[in-house]
Amino acid sequence: MAGFKLPDMETLRSRVKDIKLEMPHRKEKEKHDVSVPAGGIKCPSCENVFEKKELGKLKICPKCARYFRLNSRERIRLTVDEGSFEEFDSTLQAKNPLNFPEYEEKIAKMQEKTNLKDAVITGVCKIGGEKTVIGVMDSGFMMASMGSVVGEKLTRAFEYATKNKLPIIIFACSGGARMQEGIVSLMQMAKVSAAAAKHSQAGLLYITVLTDPTTGGVTASFAMLGDIIISEPKALIGFAGRRVIEGTIKQKLPDEFQTAEFQLEHGFVDLIVTREEMPIKLRDILRLHSGRKDGAE
Amino acid sequence: MAGAYDNVKIARKVSRPTALDYINHIFEGFVEMHGDRQFRDDKAIVGGVAWLVDRPVTVIGIQKGKSMEENIERNFGSPHPEGYRKALRLMKQAEKFGRPIINLINTSGAYCGVGAEERGQGEAIARNLLEMAELKVPSISVVIGEGGSGGALALAVTDRVWMLENSVYAILSPEGFASILWKDAGRAKEAADVMKLTANDLLEMGIIEKVIKEAKGGAQNDFGFTANLLKSKLVTELDILCDKPVDKLLEERYARFRKFGEFTE
Ligand SMILES: [Zn+2]
Repeated sequence: MAGFKLPDMETLRSRVKDIKLEMPHRKEKEKHDVSVPAGGIKCPSCENVFEKKELGKLKICPKCARYFRLNSRERIRLTVDEGSFEEFDSTLQAKNPLNFPEYEEKIAKMQEKTNLKDAVITGVCKIGGEKTVIGVMDSGFMMASMGSVVGEKLTRAFEYATKNKLPIIIFACSGGARMQEGIVSLMQMAKVSAAAAKHSQAGLLYITVLTDPTTGGVTASFAMLGDIIISEPKALIGFAGRRVIEGTIKQKLPDEFQTAEFQLEHGFVDLIVTREEMPIKLRDILRLHSGRKDGAE
Repeated sequence: MAGAYDNVKIARKVSRPTALDYINHIFEGFVEMHGDRQFRDDKAIVGGVAWLVDRPVTVIGIQKGKSMEENIERNFGSPHPEGYRKALRLMKQAEKFGRPIINLINTSGAYCGVGAEERGQGEAIARNLLEMAELKVPSISVVIGEGGSGGALALAVTDRVWMLENSVYAILSPEGFASILWKDAGRAKEAADVMKLTANDLLEMGIIEKVIKEAKGGAQNDFGFTANLLKSKLVTELDILCDKPVDKLLEERYARFRKFGEFTE
C-alpha cells in the first residue's frame, strides 16, 4: 500500500472547508507579476505568493486550495503503487504529416523542456494492488493536444488492455486537436474511440479522470466514453472554447460554466474526487469490478 | 493556379446542393423520421428510410438552409447534441433491420453554444464515434459540402468515406486554423493550402476512398450530373459491402481507422 500515505492531508482538509474556492482556470493569463521571487509562485486565484515546495506533492494552494496542474510523471507517482509502473512505447514521437512549417522544431523544443516525447504517458501499473493499464496526458506538452502520437499510444494501451483483459484508466486533459497535424489529428478521435469500443465489447472497465482542462476533440472522443467518468474539482471540461461560445452568443458566460461541477449537474460526470482521495477511490472502484473485496494480495 | 481556398468557397456556396437535394434525387420513397427521443428534433440533421433502387437504406444528412429563414430553422447546418443523438438512433434502427447506412455530410461544425454544452456536445459526438465503429451493417459517408471537424466526423466513422470534388474536410475552418496557429484569421487562404483539406489531397493521403466529380465551378452548375454519378457509385459499392460477412466488415472498418497516424518508434 505504498504511495497512499500523503502528507498534510488533514491540514489541507481543514483549510479547504472555510475558504471560498475560485475557478482555477479563469485568471490564468491575466497577470504576470514580476514581483514574484525566484523559486516562488503566485497563486492565480488568491494571488498569494508561495515557495513552490509549499504547494506540496499534491500541488494545492495552501491558502485557497486551488489545484495547480500536475504533470504526467507527478500524476503517476501520486496514483500508482510505488515501483509498479511499466511504461509502454516510450520512444514514440511525432512526424509532420502536413509538412507544417516549424512543427518539428516545436516538438523538439517541447521535448527538451518537458523531457517527454509527446503529450501522453501510457503503461501498466497497480493501484492498491489491482493491476490496470493507465494513460496520463500532460498539459505541459503543447497543451496536451492530440496528434498521432497521443492517438497511437492510447490506442495501443486500449488494445493491450483488451488483449490482457485489464481495466484501463485515462487521466484526460487537453486543449483539443493538434492543429499542426490537421486531418490526421481528427482521425485520432475515431481511432481511439474504436479501440475503446472493442475494450468495452470485451466487458472490461474503462475509467476516465477528467482534469483541468479537458476540451475539444478529447472531450468529443475518449474522455466522455468511460464507463465511469470522474473529475477533479473545478476542472474545466467542455467541447467548445468559452470565448468561441461567448463570441457566438454575444454575452459573458458565468464562471461555473463548463466546470466539473457544471458537468456533474448536467449528468456528464459520475463523481468528483479530490486529489488526495483519488488513489483510494480508484482502488475501490477497481476492486468493485475485480470482485476482490479485500485486495489482490 | 487555383488554391485550396477556392474549394472552400465553392463548398460554402448558398447555391450548393444540400443533403435533401441529393436525398430527393438519388433515393425513392424517402420517409423522414424526427427526434432523438430524449430532448427534441434537431432540424440541422435530417434522416429516414428510403429506397436506393431496390434496396431499403437509412439515409441521414446534415442539412443547411437555402434561405436565411431556412438557415435559422436548420441552424446553418450546425447540429446540437440532439441532432447527433437522432442520427445515432436512426443508425441503430438501421442495424436492427439490417439496412445499410448512407450519411451525407455538410457542416461547418457542431454548434458551439450554451445549450449544446449543457446537453453534452462532446459526449454526443464521442458516443457516435464509439457506436459507429461497432455497427453491424455497411455504411458509407459522403462529404457533399463542408466537413467541419468533430461535427462531421460524428457521422463519418463508416466503411467508406467519399467526398464530392469541391468539398472540404478538415480539423477546423481555415480561418480558425490561421487564427490559432498564426494569430491571424486573415491568412485563411494560406492556411487552406497547408491544411490538405481538398478531396484530392485527402484521397492522396488515404483519408478517403473516392472523389465524386462535379461540373466545372461546382455541383450547382449541373446537379443531375453529380447526383447521378453519386447514385451509381453508391449502388455499386453497397453491392460489394452487403456481400461481406459482418465479422469481416467490422474488422476492415477497424483497420480503416486504425492505420491513421504518422510517427516514429
Ligand atoms: Zn490560492
